[in-house]
Amino acid sequence: MSFKLAWQQLFSQYKSGYLRVLVFALVLAVTSITAVNFFTNRIALYLNSEGGLLLGGDLVVLSDHALSSSYNALAKQYSLQTSTTVEFSSMAINGEKNQLAEVKALSKGFPLRGDLGVQFSLEKPAQSIQKIPNKGEVWIEPRLANAINVQLGDGLELGASRFKITGILAREPSRGGDMFSFAPRLMMNSADVAATELLQFGSRVKYQLLVAGEPKNVQQFSDNITPQLQRGERVQDVKNARPEIKSALDKAETFLGLSAMVSVVLSVVAMLLASAPFVARSLETAALLRCFGASKATIKNIMLQQAALLALIGGVLGCALGFLVQTILAYFAGRLFLESLPAPNYLPVLIGMVTSFAILFSIMWPHIQAIKNVPTMRILRSDVEAKPSKIWMNYLPVALVIATLILWLAKTLQLAGAFLVGVFSICLLAGLLAYAMSNALFKISQKTSNNSVSLGLANLKRRLGLTVAQIIGFSLGVMVLMLLLMTKNDLMQSWQSSLPVDAPNRFIINIQPAQVPQVKDFIKNIGVQSPQVFAMIRGRLIAKNSQILTADSFENERSKRLVAREFNLSSATVMQADNKLLQGRWWRADEAGAPLLSLEEDIAKALDIKLGDTLTYDIAGSKITLTVSSIRKVEWDSMRANFFAVTPPNTLTTFPASYMTAFYLPKNQDNALNLLLQKFPNFTVIDVASLMNQVREIMQKMSLAIGFVFTFCIIAGLVVLYAALVATREVRIKESAMLRVLGASRRQAALAMLTEFACIGAVAATVAIIVASSLAYYLSYFVLDIPYQFNVSLALSALLAAIILVPLAAWWAIRAYLNVPPKQLLNSI
Amino acid sequence: MLLSEVNLKPNIQLRPNKLTHNSAILATNLAKSVGEGDSTIEILRNLNLDVAQGESVAIVGSSGSGKSTLLSLLAGLDNPTSGSVTVEGSQFSSLSEDARAEVRGKRMGFVFQSFQLLGTMTALENVMLPLQLAIRADAELVAIATLEKVGLGERLTHYPKQLSGGEQQRVAIARAFAPQPAILFADEPTGNLDIATGERIIDLLFSLNKASNSTLILVTHDEKLAQRCERVLTLLNGQLSNGQLV
Repeated sequence: MSFKLAWQQLFSQYKSGYLRVLVFALVLAVTSITAVNFFTNRIALYLNSEGGLLLGGDLVVLSDHALSSSYNALAKQYSLQTSTTVEFSSMAINGEKNQLAEVKALSKGFPLRGDLGVQFSLEKPAQSIQKIPNKGEVWIEPRLANAINVQLGDGLELGASRFKITGILAREPSRGGDMFSFAPRLMMNSADVAATELLQFGSRVKYQLLVAGEPKNVQQFSDNITPQLQRGERVQDVKNARPEIKSALDKAETFLGLSAMVSVVLSVVAMLLASAPFVARSLETAALLRCFGASKATIKNIMLQQAALLALIGGVLGCALGFLVQTILAYFAGRLFLESLPAPNYLPVLIGMVTSFAILFSIMWPHIQAIKNVPTMRILRSDVEAKPSKIWMNYLPVALVIATLILWLAKTLQLAGAFLVGVFSICLLAGLLAYAMSNALFKISQKTSNNSVSLGLANLKRRLGLTVAQIIGFSLGVMVLMLLLMTKNDLMQSWQSSLPVDAPNRFIINIQPAQVPQVKDFIKNIGVQSPQVFAMIRGRLIAKNSQILTADSFENERSKRLVAREFNLSSATVMQADNKLLQGRWWRADEAGAPLLSLEEDIAKALDIKLGDTLTYDIAGSKITLTVSSIRKVEWDSMRANFFAVTPPNTLTTFPASYMTAFYLPKNQDNALNLLLQKFPNFTVIDVASLMNQVREIMQKMSLAIGFVFTFCIIAGLVVLYAALVATREVRIKESAMLRVLGASRRQAALAMLTEFACIGAVAATVAIIVASSLAYYLSYFVLDIPYQFNVSLALSALLAAIILVPLAAWWAIRAYLNVPPKQLLNSI
Repeated sequence: MLLSEVNLKPNIQLRPNKLTHNSAILATNLAKSVGEGDSTIEILRNLNLDVAQGESVAIVGSSGSGKSTLLSLLAGLDNPTSGSVTVEGSQFSSLSEDARAEVRGKRMGFVFQSFQLLGTMTALENVMLPLQLAIRADAELVAIATLEKVGLGERLTHYPKQLSGGEQQRVAIARAFAPQPAILFADEPTGNLDIATGERIIDLLFSLNKASNSTLILVTHDEKLAQRCERVLTLLNGQLSNGQLV
């Protein structure tokens, strides 16, 4: 019975128009949440598989000794594909010419993710393939071919074996896994390794087990294998494989999380505004039902069923529309991505439905509580209120739902906290400002000679609750849009500047002090204005605060590895532009030669080094003790030369040093570099061009994805602003009609409304600018880790747009009614 | 005597005995129809009416007879399909909506059945509204004085929903009289009130009307109320009949 009543009432409310805005806002809420989730879900799946290209698999188990076959068996248990590789360095020899090569012996299945680019004949370009060299054959990089003067079809010697060169290696996905792969690559079949007799006891070898498969299975495999790892073994996934890839992915995820949060907040604001007329009408109906003898329980049941029906309708429609929207987005994104995005999983549907019920019930619950207590007298006297509940109680459930959704979407407490603080402070600030402004404008209105303007100004105070609610709604909308614009610009700029077209693509190390001037000349000749050459002093960290450090001092595998290996120390007068000082201070010019040290943040954390600690290094048998005077953050995705440990100039001059440089080598200048290398055979050149292309490609695709999500959020924001206007339309139409009955012209009626909305727009934009700038500052510095600059033109544009567009939108919403004879308006109210 | 027993003389030129050449409102061949084609409904047909300045006229008729429509046309709240309305000797119905609004603001006052107070404004602000629109510097003083006249001097800062129906209608009457209009239109002013409250409201309305010497055009189906006017006209089949009781 109550279900039939609930359905009938809901239907009649829909017909009367009260419910339309609420349903519209709910569908919009669910649509935006599911569409963004579907899309980000697919992007995330795409990124994970794309990121996997850099490793050659989804996950790699690395070791300095042969891996137990039980790992392979475990991977098979989780239905994962596997492949193994063995990497070591050895001389590739052709007659009298020889060159150190990074040998990689491959087994069947390599690469599990991505493909190799190999040129098989001089006439044809490189092909993309997913296979490995046959037995007795090798594929080599052009740099190796040049160095030992061989070409396709020639032979070369490696250890005790001779191989035929059948391919020139143009692209290797897994090359990205190791920044310090100094020597050119040589790929061979792992079945040939034993015959070369190169792997002896004590050889430096890297054994890898690559796995790939369903993300869930990969995760389970990772969780299962991690506790079983022996000394010298570790697991690497996309995120810890390369700091620059991790950094890029983290930033992208942060941004997509922000986009989803924006949808949530915008939608809830719209629903709060849209629910008011529906609730008011429901109060009347409830009073009528009470007159007809309905019990409190019946009324509560009817309301609950109405809420459930609404949530179900909104959820289903929203999810369907969300799926449709993301399909369209993915279609365009897919075309730009060149490959199609992977199919989404259906988690977003669940998220959409849960969101629909959570938001709707959190908004309706306080009203349901109030409505079941509605006094019957209300049907006779509208001044009899339902049992008043405290205002904060009304908004507590929805605040909790927003907080939960944001926490879940933000993934990090820091980001969620910043966002929530932003939302809370904007509500508070907007409320206070709106209150102060309404009072001030009310006073002005009494002195204003233009009666329409005066009416509009005074209306702000007359409808204080509505004014504050609208300002909060508008300013939240403007704030999130501004925040998106600010962070998007910052993010894009940061990425573009961190990896410009002329970012260094070659590193030269092992430069002797006497060779530095010639290297500088060479770099100037290829077009770099002021080449930078850095000293590189290799030393081992042996003590911290006079306490001897060994691998046993640490429990963490990474820390053990770090302390066991040699560090590259360098000196610098000024800090690199892409570094950021986190603690302490950079040295002054008069501190040259002082025993100070600036450490990179991650290393300091891994080795538990604090500001002020003294570190003792063993450099070629001599010891030096340095005090940590600053801790820096390094942008590894800038691809510039960076060092974990840096001292002031002259501090390390007594120690033997070699030099290194990083520069951009234009495509056609390979021969010039080869000439330099022939002149100085001691140089080692590191080619990071292909790695950079991979990083750049990921960044470009992410920028596109962000652009899509961003566009969608803007559309959602604008629709929400319109919904807010429509929700208050009836009151304004009645008022405008009444003004005209009392003798106001259409112009006066319109001017009064435009004045009111221009003020609402201006205050909302001011609040939004203040909060969005503060939030953008916080996010830039502490979350996205990019420099921040207040965007004056954006702020002014927002202000101007709000002052013009908000009243225009209001006028648009009720413009048709301004021309209708007032009698018809009064009848229709 | 019931209004149904009124002797009806359809479509005659209705002209009272006094002030014949000082018309406050003159309607000539006024017609209003809604809908199109076969579904056209004629609400008013070639209606003529002449109301003298200072006169009080009641327009009676059954529900749906077009009383409120006639009032809207006379007050320029709606456009006639044909015919014309002149106000104080000047063309009114042919003016633009905005020009009519200006005349309304300067010369007319309104009292509605459903009060039509703005819920966001206090009693005082509601009464001040037409004065502010007319840019009256003394808006607040006049509004307070008028509210005191209607017995609401203590309830200036109350909002409509905090007032009873009778009190709301008194605010509406104060709003109508505050600018001292030449013509007052009242549409079923007691329609939403109980008998006792209704009577008090009517007393108030007529005493204020008398004091300000305004022309009163009142639409009602309340017999007793109609009888308090100098002239009663009946609207039937879209036309006015001389409703003077016989």
